[in-house]
Amino acid sequence: MSDCCSTATIDVPIEPRVAGKIRTVALVGPPNSGKSTLFNRLTGLRQKVANYPGVTVEQRVGRLNGIGRSDLTLIDLPGIYGLDSYSEDARVAVEVLHGEMPGTPAPDAILLVLDSLQLRRQLMLAAPVLALGLPTLVLLNMSDLMEARGGRVDTLALAQELGVPVAKISATRGVGLDAVTHFLNRKAEPEKLVATAAGKIELPVMGNPRSYRQWAHGVSSRTRYKAPLSNEWTKRIDGVLLHKIWGPLIFLAVVFAVFQVVFSIGQPLSDGFGEVLNLGGDKIGALLGHNWVESLLIDGVWRGVASVLVFVPQILLLFLFIGVLEDSGYLARAALIADRVMRSIGLNGKAFIPLLSAYACAVPAIMATRTIENKRDRFATILVAPFMTCSARLPIYMLMIAAFIPNKPLLGDFFGLRAAVMLSLYVLGFVAALATAWLLKSSILRASSAPFILELPQYRFPTVRSLSLRLMDRGKVFLRQAGTVILLVTLILWVLSHVPFHADLAHSLIGRLGQLIEPVIRPLGFNWKIGIGLLTSVMAREVIVGTLGTLYGADSATQSLGLQAALRHDLTLGGAMALVVFFAFALQCTSTLAIVRRETNSWRWPALQFVYMGVLAYLAALATNQVILHFVR
Amino acid sequence: MVAIALLSDFGVEDTDEMVLSGAWKLSLLSELPIGTVGVVEALDLPGEIQHHLMHMGFVPEARVMVVRRAPAGDPTVYSIDGFEVALRRDTAKAIRVREYERADARQQ
Repeated sequence: MSDCCSTATIDVPIEPRVAGKIRTVALVGPPNSGKSTLFNRLTGLRQKVANYPGVTVEQRVGRLNGIGRSDLTLIDLPGIYGLDSYSEDARVAVEVLHGEMPGTPAPDAILLVLDSLQLRRQLMLAAPVLALGLPTLVLLNMSDLMEARGGRVDTLALAQELGVPVAKISATRGVGLDAVTHFLNRKAEPEKLVATAAGKIELPVMGNPRSYRQWAHGVSSRTRYKAPLSNEWTKRIDGVLLHKIWGPLIFLAVVFAVFQVVFSIGQPLSDGFGEVLNLGGDKIGALLGHNWVESLLIDGVWRGVASVLVFVPQILLLFLFIGVLEDSGYLARAALIADRVMRSIGLNGKAFIPLLSAYACAVPAIMATRTIENKRDRFATILVAPFMTCSARLPIYMLMIAAFIPNKPLLGDFFGLRAAVMLSLYVLGFVAALATAWLLKSSILRASSAPFILELPQYRFPTVRSLSLRLMDRGKVFLRQAGTVILLVTLILWVLSHVPFHADLAHSLIGRLGQLIEPVIRPLGFNWKIGIGLLTSVMAREVIVGTLGTLYGADSATQSLGLQAALRHDLTLGGAMALVVFFAFALQCTSTLAIVRRETNSWRWPALQFVYMGVLAYLAALATNQVILHFVR
Repeated sequence: MVAIALLSDFGVEDTDEMVLSGAWKLSLLSELPIGTVGVVEALDLPGEIQHHLMHMGFVPEARVMVVRRAPAGDPTVYSIDGFEVALRRDTAKAIRVREYERADARQQ
């Protein structure tokens, strides 16, 4: 690497690439510069979220509706420190900026967002971006905060130094965004183009971070940049939140509070939402009359989709918490506190909150892994998250425990045998996650070294606007990504359970399939009814309870019994416990599969995960049944 | 592996208020006590991580202050160019620094 630190002179043209016509604008900025907030501001909520082809980098594209320019497309590039292809994010950014990314139009102009609280450092990105030679507007974000804390910068001098227009904005408060409108209008109408800033500007030698830094420091001192007084509050708060004793205690209290709320509010919310959905289905079904169309639409599509939709309140609630933690700056501190423990299982501190969320639902957990920069750690976290005992497992756990485990007190009245079995199922999932993480990190996801570079942002009050934007965005991603797969699986399951026509569930295709696999699941202590339940619950784990209810209700031998009594009539203790163990391990969740596919941008990972967890579930259930069969009673 | 050699007479920056002068010794970033300032000499890390750190400001002649350690003793929070970043001991071990004695301690 060259150590030469002299500066080179580069002409920066200010004409757009396509003369006078801007169609596509790229939003570039370092991580934590407030780029996403600005993107949301500029596009309103009309944005498309996908992955770039072949990589796991998220592609966000939207129209500039927020400033009334719906004719222009805005591309949000991943947060980057430089344009050297040192990471997947940076490689994607470079390809998009050069117009080499398939399916993404070449940008005609650039909005460069820099955090004015840390302008000196963030200017390092300006050098390679300006060298691209595209019309650029530099936006100094959080200028209001900088000035409130005694910082300042001469924007005119900065514009002259950089050779491009510069504007102070506040993305969170929506201040100063008309600069973007002016910039785009002027560039779109060449006759009004004022070439004040044209000419030669000094840029550092490309590709050398050291010369970038020296150049950035030079520019910031020539533009009389005065960094704001460092936030005394952040230091004081960190003194408590990262304290040797108080830090971990507060951390545990936060974790506990989040869980308390998710389960005490989220669960009833989801249940209530489910009832509303069922009621709605019944009402519409009554209008359609009793025929196969009604059956397809209501029993098939509506109920299938509803079985997944019931998770939406819980998913959104979790995202609200993750959003508050992230926007306030505490998420980074939590990662710092948890890192030591997470490292011992081969993951890093940033995996803690996602894995914790997985105890409620794996879907938001997997979506929250985006904060983990290290790809291997991120994939390992995605792959182990579904082992955590999510709330969809609880209906089958509670049914089987209530039916088969006597309510015997073990440690006083509060901790009985039933609670002990429930607790061991939680532990089982956790141990499986640990073992899998260890296995992954020492085999296919082995990392030569595990860099953990964690930026600690200053504490901020999360704004309602950015939180609600985040919730709507994540909710939309979930419904769109999972929705299509769920609809497909729903339709397949409906056809399988209704062909041949007028046959009941036991004699339908899926019923026969259940009977066909009976020899395979017999050693686990399962009968064909359970087999059918295993097949239908590929949709979502809690579906098995409904399926078993239908099957035992249609059977004349068990018709008059309640579901618990019917299960006791049909299954041994070994089979019942094997079933809950099977559910502790198996990936019976279409939403999770769809989201894993989206986050890893390939069907390879969800397929591997499904097979791995299925094999593990089968073996563990087999062992459970055989042990109980031979050693209990 | 890329090691960035130190250029001996690199220009002094105006960034930190602290005046670094007087006695210094070579050390590793991971070994600096809390509250001390080190001047980066060289990084010796795998390419991608090295690039990442350098783009964050960990380049030769940059000043790094040790702010605090995580409750478990590792990672450690460092302050560089006015922002805070936490590094594990393994990573900080690969950053060689010149260690100065504490500026405020010297004034007393």
